[in-house]
Amino acid sequence: MSKFFHFYGGVHPNESKISSGVPIAEPPLYPLYTVPLSMHIGAPAKALVSVGDKVLKGQRIGEPASFVSSNIHSPTSGKIKSMGTCLGPMGNQLPCVVIESDGEDKEAEPLPPILNWRDSDPQTLRNRVAEAGIVGMGGASFPTPVKLSVPPGKMIDTLIINGVECEPCLTADHRLMLEAPKMILDGVSIVANLLQVKNVFIGIEDNKPDAIALLTKEAASYSNPEIHIAPLHVRYPQGAEKQLIYAITKRQVPSGGLPADVHCVVQNIGSSFAIAEAVIKGKPLYERVTTVTGTPLVAPGNWRFRVGTSYAEAIKLAGGLKEGAQIGKLISGGPMMGFAVYSQEIPVMKNTSGILLMSPDEIHQYTSKSCLRCGRCNDVCPMQLMPGILSVQIENERFDDAQNWHVMDCIECGCCAYTCPAGRPLVQHMRRAKAEVGAKLRAAKAAADAAKAAADAAKAAADGKNAK
Amino acid sequence: MSTLLIIVIVGLLTGIAIAIVSRLFGTAADPMEENLKALLPGANCGGCGFAGCSGYAKALAEGTAKPGLCAAQKAEDLEKMVAMLGVAAEAKEPLVAVVMCNGDDINASRQAQYNGINDCRNAAIVAGGAKTCVFGCLGLGSCARVCPFGAIEITEHHIAVVHRELCRGCGRCVQVCPKKLIRLVPKSAEVNVLCSNPMKGPAKFKACKAACIGCGKCVREAPDNMHIDTGTSLAKVNYENPPSEALANVCPTHALRKQID
Repeated sequence: MSKFFHFYGGVHPNESKISSGVPIAEPPLYPLYTVPLSMHIGAPAKALVSVGDKVLKGQRIGEPASFVSSNIHSPTSGKIKSMGTCLGPMGNQLPCVVIESDGEDKEAEPLPPILNWRDSDPQTLRNRVAEAGIVGMGGASFPTPVKLSVPPGKMIDTLIINGVECEPCLTADHRLMLEAPKMILDGVSIVANLLQVKNVFIGIEDNKPDAIALLTKEAASYSNPEIHIAPLHVRYPQGAEKQLIYAITKRQVPSGGLPADVHCVVQNIGSSFAIAEAVIKGKPLYERVTTVTGTPLVAPGNWRFRVGTSYAEAIKLAGGLKEGAQIGKLISGGPMMGFAVYSQEIPVMKNTSGILLMSPDEIHQYTSKSCLRCGRCNDVCPMQLMPGILSVQIENERFDDAQNWHVMDCIECGCCAYTCPAGRPLVQHMRRAKAEVGAKLRAAKAAADAAKAAADAAKAAADGKNAK
Repeated sequence: MSTLLIIVIVGLLTGIAIAIVSRLFGTAADPMEENLKALLPGANCGGCGFAGCSGYAKALAEGTAKPGLCAAQKAEDLEKMVAMLGVAAEAKEPLVAVVMCNGDDINASRQAQYNGINDCRNAAIVAGGAKTCVFGCLGLGSCARVCPFGAIEITEHHIAVVHRELCRGCGRCVQVCPKKLIRLVPKSAEVNVLCSNPMKGPAKFKACKAACIGCGKCVREAPDNMHIDTGTSLAKVNYENPPSEALANVCPTHALRKQID
């Protein structure tokens, strides 16, 4: 078993993967599902239903409103109770559809299965991925069909599947790899076929030896292209796109660039599974494996939740709180990059990889002190930035300097804040600067576009005059 | 002992050298400019549009700017300046900053605990802040820190209030507020509608007991002085003709009031 090098920097927090031995279970049918129409990056989907409509399980209820958008499907059969907004995990209001379940869970006509996917042309497969509403299920929820459309002039030769699950506490991808290896490998082959790549890797950290062994065994029967399992040293944030590409291929994504610039496409394990289900079974994406974990819970575990299930139901399913236990923090996602939320009414979405509860004694509150110039953040920053210097610049609102020091390359992984002995909220500083610099760049682009449009119009008018 | 002696001698020699050089090559400062600068408040707020007080004084001395552009200048200083220059002052109504929010901890509820960086602009990025009303004052004091005159106070109930007698209307606070709550209004307007939430009445009343629910009582009472903004269903003061202080008594939620009682 060959070992790959890891990337620069990173940290190794306590893994706390207490739910890794619990098989994926099916939750019961709930009376209400709050399905957000914006479970992806990009424009919210346009609703295709209205209040009072009857829907079936798997029926399309939202269609993409622009190129970067996604289809949304109903998680069960029932009636549309209301349409409005609901609270999202980032504290923002999302447009949503509330579905009242009729208890029958009647399935809509599935999409026609594509069983000869090896001979299908890429466009057919890409359309299917779009029809099934598949988005990146690792966390960022970038619409997968957009990711699989290779930009003109770019060549893709490597497909990397992200089974790293470097976030502590989360075990959803790990369980999926153990319980559905065939389906995942089919999904990987479908994507490899679609992109017509020859190099296919599945990156898995070596704290999941069972998953590495199982997938290595199963992958032996796949050829054209062969699927290589890449065991990686445990290091957070190895599951970040750029870090994973570097760890496996030693290619560096340029500053401000995309994986396509180094001829790579990275897909999540959950997305590969969803793609296989969409192509082989014709099943759209309306459910996903989510870890519900944390020390205050009686029975942490992994469930295949339908989108729209509220966090409160998920916590109840995990046995609720232990006697005398309290919730100090409720986090959507993992402990490093997840969002602390203040309500349990938030629905599970296509990108909810975990619901994490922390007891009050596990939470440490820091007061920000002055930067000690110790340089530990420089050692751990996987993007090789200098978070300490940047944070001082940002505190003094020197955003131009921060831009020159590449603050826009920050992936907000939190390694710097994790390691800072002065307790500085470095990620929050970076976010502020990214918001300020981003707004400045957008304004500059809008001004340039407007100037170009005006120049074009003037030129067209001059041409028109000349023609006369 | 000898070390001390050397340092003293070197110091003296350097001092003499500097004095000679400044005599030979120094340019005399324009006395007019110096006198004008003395009449400016020296806060360097930039509200006049020039680079600090000395920039404005220079423009005044050169005759390219008129007196009266400084919002922070005291009235008697302006009179002296007008007399000195012999130019009429630019007419300008005195403005004062008002934080258009009433949602302190007594009136407005909180839905989350925020313990990040103590700055409103950082807090606003995290889910719009901890208050249930996402349009309200975050009370972390970004405005108070940039005020050159110390006119903004964060009360013990975590809301920014402007002390009218200290505010000179330079507008620095208006630029930094991430919720765009601070407005410069004529000083003659004694009462203001201290609410900026454009949501429907019941929704905002749930989040804040002192919200303007758009009931229109003040408009019926004083139709010349108040109007309802159709877009936001908030009552607004007609600043050309502001209402008297007594009108504040008709407001059922006390959204229309003086900022500091």
